Amino acid sequence: MLIFEHSSEGRRGAPQAPAEKAPLTAIPEKLLREGSAALPEVSELQAVRHYTRLSQKNFSIDTQFYPLGSCTMKYNPRACNSLAMLPGFLNAHPLTPDAQNQGFLACMHDLQSMLCEATGMAAFSLAPMAGAQGEFAGVAMIEAYHRSRGDDARKEILVPDAAHGTNPATAVMCGFTVKEIATLDNGDVDIDALKQAVGPHTAGLMLTNPSTLGVFERNIEAIAKVIHEAGGLLYYDGANLNAILGKIRPGDMGFDVIHSNLHKTFSTPHGGGGPGSGAVGVAERLRPFLPLPVVTEEDDSYRYLTAKDCPQSIGRLSAFMGNPGVLLRAYIYMRLLGREGMVRVAEFATLNANYMMAEAKRRGFTLAINDRRASHEFIITLKNEARDYHVSAMDFAKRLLDLGYHAPTTYFPLLVPECLLIEPTESEAKEALDGFMDALEQIKHEAETNPELLHAAPQTLPVKRLDEVRAAKQLDLAFKKQ
Amino acid sequence: MPFIPHTENEITQMLETIGVDSIDDLFDEIPAHLRAGVLQAVPHSMNEMEVSRLMKQRADQNSSAICFLGAGAYEHHIPSAVWEITTRGEYYSAYTPYQAEASQGTLQLTYEYQSMMTALTAMDVSNASMYDGASSLAEAILMAVRANRKSRSRKILIPTSVNPSYRKAAHTIVNGQQVELIDVPYDSASGTVTLEQIKQQTEAHGGDITAMVLQQPNFFGCLEEVDAITDWAHDNNILVIAVINPLVMSVLNPPGKWGREDNAGADIACGDGQPLGAPMSAGGPYYGLLCCKQSLVRQIPGRIVGRTIDLDGKEGFVLTLQAREQHIRRSKATSNICTNQGLVVTASTIYMAIQGAQGLENTAAACHANNNSLVEKLIAIDGVKKAFSAPQFHETVLQLEQQPAAEVLKALMEKGILGGYNLSQDYPELGEAILVCTTEMRTEEEIDQYADAMRDVLSSGATVASLAESA
Repeated sequence: MLIFEHSSEGRRGAPQAPAEKAPLTAIPEKLLREGSAALPEVSELQAVRHYTRLSQKNFSIDTQFYPLGSCTMKYNPRACNSLAMLPGFLNAHPLTPDAQNQGFLACMHDLQSMLCEATGMAAFSLAPMAGAQGEFAGVAMIEAYHRSRGDDARKEILVPDAAHGTNPATAVMCGFTVKEIATLDNGDVDIDALKQAVGPHTAGLMLTNPSTLGVFERNIEAIAKVIHEAGGLLYYDGANLNAILGKIRPGDMGFDVIHSNLHKTFSTPHGGGGPGSGAVGVAERLRPFLPLPVVTEEDDSYRYLTAKDCPQSIGRLSAFMGNPGVLLRAYIYMRLLGREGMVRVAEFATLNANYMMAEAKRRGFTLAINDRRASHEFIITLKNEARDYHVSAMDFAKRLLDLGYHAPTTYFPLLVPECLLIEPTESEAKEALDGFMDALEQIKHEAETNPELLHAAPQTLPVKRLDEVRAAKQLDLAFKKQ
Repeated sequence: MPFIPHTENEITQMLETIGVDSIDDLFDEIPAHLRAGVLQAVPHSMNEMEVSRLMKQRADQNSSAICFLGAGAYEHHIPSAVWEITTRGEYYSAYTPYQAEASQGTLQLTYEYQSMMTALTAMDVSNASMYDGASSLAEAILMAVRANRKSRSRKILIPTSVNPSYRKAAHTIVNGQQVELIDVPYDSASGTVTLEQIKQQTEAHGGDITAMVLQQPNFFGCLEEVDAITDWAHDNNILVIAVINPLVMSVLNPPGKWGREDNAGADIACGDGQPLGAPMSAGGPYYGLLCCKQSLVRQIPGRIVGRTIDLDGKEGFVLTLQAREQHIRRSKATSNICTNQGLVVTASTIYMAIQGAQGLENTAAACHANNNSLVEKLIAIDGVKKAFSAPQFHETVLQLEQQPAAEVLKALMEKGILGGYNLSQDYPELGEAILVCTTEMRTEEEIDQYADAMRDVLSSGATVASLAESA
């Protein structure tokens, strides 16, 4: 039932707004609204009950194991939420003079420094509001860098074929053409293909390492050399930073610019789709191009750098300062971890993934890549099950929901047929991993004996499988009162 | 170990299963000479008690001045229930609802959001959100360029009465796509953009304009002549992009109704959803609203939720029209956006449900009345005058005839008043001018307190001295 269907004409909410409507003096009639907007008319209790009950129809980290590959669904500590919502932060107007905003700016300055240290970059900007906007900022800086040197022919960005869809979409938004580079069966980039592809037209390469195939790119130094010798720059997509935090730093691998998804590695909540943060870090030579604002420290106080300080900046990406509430949560998480905790993140995320991979192999599943270490995630391909029992990765995913587990990422990366990309994260205990593997094994058995059970899944959730074709063909995107 | 549940015993078992001796062995594919040392610049771990102490200290360092500052972010009352419900783990710690059957809560809520936002704006379609108002404007511009197939110019008119931060962000974001943003100066008497100026800029740029941007209320709080401008734009094959404050649309003519009835409304509407339940929070997270006419639905970027049925014919909700998006379309997507501002949209939906149309109208009307009251009291002071003649909504530009705005704002701050936005950087032609804003949160006493403080500041010797210094 929709909130609109709880509505009753004339019912007022709680005393949340002024009781009377003040006259709209000095506004000409033609600029005023005719009639009220058709919003629901419900009591506060009705709204609270409705949205509480809706929340119960969600799977979430707080209620289920959520091994969604490439998304790093780790525990979001509650302290990060409550401390980021202290009144001193919540009530701060974004245009408050810097002198009255020192507590917040100190946190942001510390966060920039910690990110630099954790990634081996020279400088950071916290401005981008999500991973894709971080990518945008990074690639725009690559463009600005080449342009500042009069190197105008560099119009192509290289992207491995295993990359996230945001990579090619971003390069196009920044005015580049995109060329895909093949990946070898062992998960490494085809370096010969890369050598063939580079030239005076190469602006840069966007790389996720460990890759979306769940393995570390072993030839990273050789790749960096190929790109740099061709005059290009190396971009690090930080989607999988969780796998290597404190173990190896992108800056030390030769990357010139990176974005970090703070909503993955640094545990800010995914919130059912956002908000995120895609903070960007750069090597020294790209520092002048960082997006604004950036926080700097001068004479024991903090201030925002402005366009006057940074004339070569690619500019602003938002009206104010990105997503400060997200940044505060990441900052608090990093202080809780400390330098000791950061390296443990990578260690235990990797331990969990390799344990599950070993268990998957032991239980007869086919791995996408054999004889490699898993990073913080790994891939099962169900192509044999699909061939023999006519069940798909999607069927496995839906059946997992019935058994109380959120499904892994399905059908990504696109190169692996019928795949499940599984990322347990470091915050899950062994019994959760074992329970999930038991469920997966049970489903494999069901596929062999009773595939209908998979086709018909899920059966235990608020709805059964939904008609996506109908949704796209008979568009119903908003409630209209009959 | 913070957030790591493993016991020694379990670690041993797991390593045995994997067939390695130590966790470190799992990293043996990483070249040894590239391994990181200790992260010296990251402080040691703190426990929750210690971090709480630190964060409370930092939060208390921030100002608690009475806020008369708007300029794109507004202090409104937020019912306690809004964030209590929003931060439930089931919303807070869920991912994007790709597994629809396990995400009906977020999906239905988003559908309800889309329904409320289209009701408020009188537009046909709303997406599930963009990052913020500024980036939403940039995406609206790119969308208009894709949508207006009759125009080849990729030229966009953008009045200087549109929020300067929005204009800057839009410039950064559309820069790589050969889109030209053409300023249209505002009229210095009214504070709004005139049809004359728009026609003049159109002619000066060859007549073929793809779209024009119109902010209501504009950055100065002035109300634009939206009907006449929309009609003229449509007569000249120019798409209209509305930038709106959604709270204010509860009482003002919404973008879906701008202009003649037969050609109804702005083509695209965008803006910041912050006034609907998001705290100011030093700048975010807020969310960008983005709405359009039905005919443009395949050009709108970002996620959209649709209502459909399941195998039993039962109502349910899914992400739809995904062929527009980067995870399917890759380099041919409408935008690179993936993550949006879902949790803030959750808050906003609950906010709108609790307030209802009447609550929003009364809130907006109170802002207007309070601002009128403040402005009346301030312009009664010698040396303060209103800059513009157009009707205003909850924000007003005031010129300080004898004093430097920066000094006045600083002196007000010392008296505990966050007195407004200094316009001298973005609009030097206005002289010493500030943008003041009053919301429903301000009491009559606080408004008097501001007026008294202003009177003191303007008559005090200190400011006169600093004026002499700066002269």
